[in-house]
Amino acid sequence: MPKDGGIGASTKRREDVRFLTGVGNYTDDINIHGQAHVFFLRSDVAHGTLNSVDTSAAEAMDGVVRIFTGADFEAVGGMPCGWQVTDRHGEVMQEPRHPILAHQKVRHVGEPIAAVVADTLEQARDAAEAIVVDIAELPAVIDMKDAVKDGAPKVHDDLTSNLCYDWGFVEENKDAVNKAFEEAAHVTTLELVNNRLVANPMEPRVAVGEYARGTDEHTLYTTSQNPHVIRLLMGAFVLGIPEHKLRVVAPDVGGGFGTKIFHYQEEAFCTFAAKACNRPVKWTSSRTEAFMSDAHGRDHVTKIELALDADNNFTALRTDTYANMGAYLSTFAPSVPTWLHGTLMAGNYKTPLIYVNVKAVFTNTVPVDAYRGAGRPEATFQLERVVDKAARELGVDPIALRRQNFITEFPYATPVAVEYDTGDYHATMDKLESMGDFAGFAARRAESEKNGKLRGLGVNCYIEACGIAPSNLVGQLGARAGLYESATVRVNATGGLVVMTGSHSHGQGHETSFAQVVSEMIGIDANMVEIVHGDTSKVPMGMGTYGSRSIAVGGSAMVRATEKIIAKAKKIASHLLEASEADIELKDGAFSVAGTDKSVAWGDVTLAAYVPHNYPLEDIEPGLEETAFYDPANFTYPSGAYACEVEVDPDTGKVSIERFCAADDFGNIINPMIVTGQVHGGLAQGIGQALLENCAYDADGQLLSASYMDYAMPRADDLPMFQVDHEDGTPCTHNPLGVKGCGEAGAIGSPPAVVNAVVDALQSAGKDVTHVDMPLSPDRVWAAMQ
Amino acid sequence: MAQVSMTVNGKAASGEVEGRTLLSSFLRDQLKLTGTHVGCDTSQCGACVVHVDGVAVKSCTMLAAEADGADVATIEGQANADGTLNVIQQAFQDHHGLQCGFCTPGMVMSAAALLKDNPKPSEAEVRDYLEGNICRCTGYHNIVKAIMAASGQDVGAIAAE
Repeated sequence: MPKDGGIGASTKRREDVRFLTGVGNYTDDINIHGQAHVFFLRSDVAHGTLNSVDTSAAEAMDGVVRIFTGADFEAVGGMPCGWQVTDRHGEVMQEPRHPILAHQKVRHVGEPIAAVVADTLEQARDAAEAIVVDIAELPAVIDMKDAVKDGAPKVHDDLTSNLCYDWGFVEENKDAVNKAFEEAAHVTTLELVNNRLVANPMEPRVAVGEYARGTDEHTLYTTSQNPHVIRLLMGAFVLGIPEHKLRVVAPDVGGGFGTKIFHYQEEAFCTFAAKACNRPVKWTSSRTEAFMSDAHGRDHVTKIELALDADNNFTALRTDTYANMGAYLSTFAPSVPTWLHGTLMAGNYKTPLIYVNVKAVFTNTVPVDAYRGAGRPEATFQLERVVDKAARELGVDPIALRRQNFITEFPYATPVAVEYDTGDYHATMDKLESMGDFAGFAARRAESEKNGKLRGLGVNCYIEACGIAPSNLVGQLGARAGLYESATVRVNATGGLVVMTGSHSHGQGHETSFAQVVSEMIGIDANMVEIVHGDTSKVPMGMGTYGSRSIAVGGSAMVRATEKIIAKAKKIASHLLEASEADIELKDGAFSVAGTDKSVAWGDVTLAAYVPHNYPLEDIEPGLEETAFYDPANFTYPSGAYACEVEVDPDTGKVSIERFCAADDFGNIINPMIVTGQVHGGLAQGIGQALLENCAYDADGQLLSASYMDYAMPRADDLPMFQVDHEDGTPCTHNPLGVKGCGEAGAIGSPPAVVNAVVDALQSAGKDVTHVDMPLSPDRVWAAMQ
Repeated sequence: MAQVSMTVNGKAASGEVEGRTLLSSFLRDQLKLTGTHVGCDTSQCGACVVHVDGVAVKSCTMLAAEADGADVATIEGQANADGTLNVIQQAFQDHHGLQCGFCTPGMVMSAAALLKDNPKPSEAEVRDYLEGNICRCTGYHNIVKAIMAASGQDVGAIAAE
């Protein structure tokens, strides 16, 4: 029977009421008295020498406060990169300077050249039109393989080439992997593209900078998934503002999907300009600006090879990937194709030998960084596509081939440096086979064929690494940050409490689900628990929300802090009850002495903590507030099996999703309704990547998909109802809640299922099609059939 | 600058606007009704949908001056008189039809317009009607379910989890 509260209950979300009545508080809803507006003049060429920026006419225009150019920021630090990758030769990656405003050169369409601060946005925009920019255009490099050829134009003149790094993983295994390929009974090879995407949270980015001259304090309101990270990066590395003089607030944030992790120039600019102009300065991105300034995602070109023995056991895997960095290194860009990608190449399989090579390349395009899944969708897509292709080449059932090679014993140390703690891949596959009614597929295919359509069934598995991450491990791998999380639980005298968490909610419903956990631990009504996040002046520290880490890491910190609260409250209760502390039990919001009817209510204990008239002052301090930092012992490893059924119109190439089933193992679940919603959203983004979305550049570096007229977002009529099941997962063994994380799974697991299904449909009509690159738009599918 | 006057959520509202001022800007910047959101600049996303004289309109596509004299309804005026959520809003909460909440005002306003014209829409009709409202969080599953539930239909059978 479903619970009506606490852990495991589908509690309705408390945050919904403000969003449904129009009284949310998004950053663009914040207006500060006296604020000026900034408009960024952006480069309309991909590559060029910036000869001059003449602002004289613009400065004389109505309402203009001040116009900034790159020269104004020469004394200020560049945009920092938070991860340093060391290449296969032991050399550190090439790391170019990333200015706040372009200086001397422009390197991608959309790079900001000048910033006009004016009384109104319209005045700023009008004045920007009067700025005269002289750019001597240079040849642009867009294609990654072209970019690393000898003699290619260089994106950064001061670097040796456009190669950021050449990473090998695990380098020591390379020879053994190559040998296994020489000895293989069968080798399946696949070349594919993981298409460039734009995250497109519906709320565009916004930044509002404010400066208090009297106290020398800066405040930045920003659309961020991790305000403390922005405070640290911007304060320490860009503007030189100590953290105690810098407050960063990320209020209601309208979706992130990774692209709001990163520190952006516009944030640094508004903070800087608020002091320079002595006025609050606000920037609101237009959607077109978002397309050319939000970090993009994916954009890998890969060759993958799978070696099998005569019994169809996987013996080795070898991949060769070009990963686009864009023109500059975004905050966590170098980690995505390496440690978030190479470490996942074992997937669900006991392949003993794996070698991953990744060449990260600079091009004259918008920087590329983490987007929902971040490296793990790229790993899963290539692996699950090559396994499917192998099954077809060998004439064996794709599910049977997967099952034969499943990892079945845990913990399992992969040859790519991670150790899976739990999982049951046969159980999720069993569940999928039942949900998907695979037995009825032949009849459904026959029905589709009767209607002149081709029907295909695609199945795949996925594994991901979430709960990012053990700090000492990621430190060794090049992270320039710790990846713990913090929580403070402040209990008030009357028994209500506030949890200040370093996690950030921008759609995930933490205000509801985090309160479910704490209310259950203490046994009080969830309405007595308030969740506070997104403000560095309220929350002690936070690494934020990404990588499906919030409940696994932030939730664990909250549990640890609550355990400390309970421990102290028990000491107070034992004093009030004149009993031994060891005999005190907490149940349903009351402390009792074991085996007696003596008890004291939660509220009496909390009141005693703040009115300590009868209190063990010799042992403990008054007050009831505790902080915990939680640094995870390992990643968590959600896994699952997905199935997609498509119909393909052979006349037009149009693909429609007829059925989509997702069987996931997320470990323990706090709020099943919210988890289901997370899966739905991930599936939509993964299906969007597979069928619709593509961020396209022409050969000159012009961004062809810079609006919703050109970039095909999934709409309601592109998607089916989803079948989702995540009950009875295997609990994570190393965090207190047994949770694994669920935010990215849908986006990781769904693209290969779609492509596998379309290939199945085309082959059912006798077409010799083994792969079609995403997005599987009608023209591409139709062309593949010809 | 021109003077515009209109009724917004049943109350008289007026202000000075430039000819180029959009209705969405007038609502957000001058009337401080920030529940109406702007998510794109090409009239695609639908976060800014309001009702003008009873018709669903993308308020980023209409000049404030064009709404002079009109009766405008926004998300802020949708709750019941006692402040509780109306049937559509309640269905969105009950069926988890929103996550980040940014597209939600437009979704609720579009849903209201749909159900006014088509009180018992099929799943396909709901999906077709929402073509001009983009949501990046939910995959639409729970939005479609919420709208059908708000129309009084049993969604248990049509919307498998």
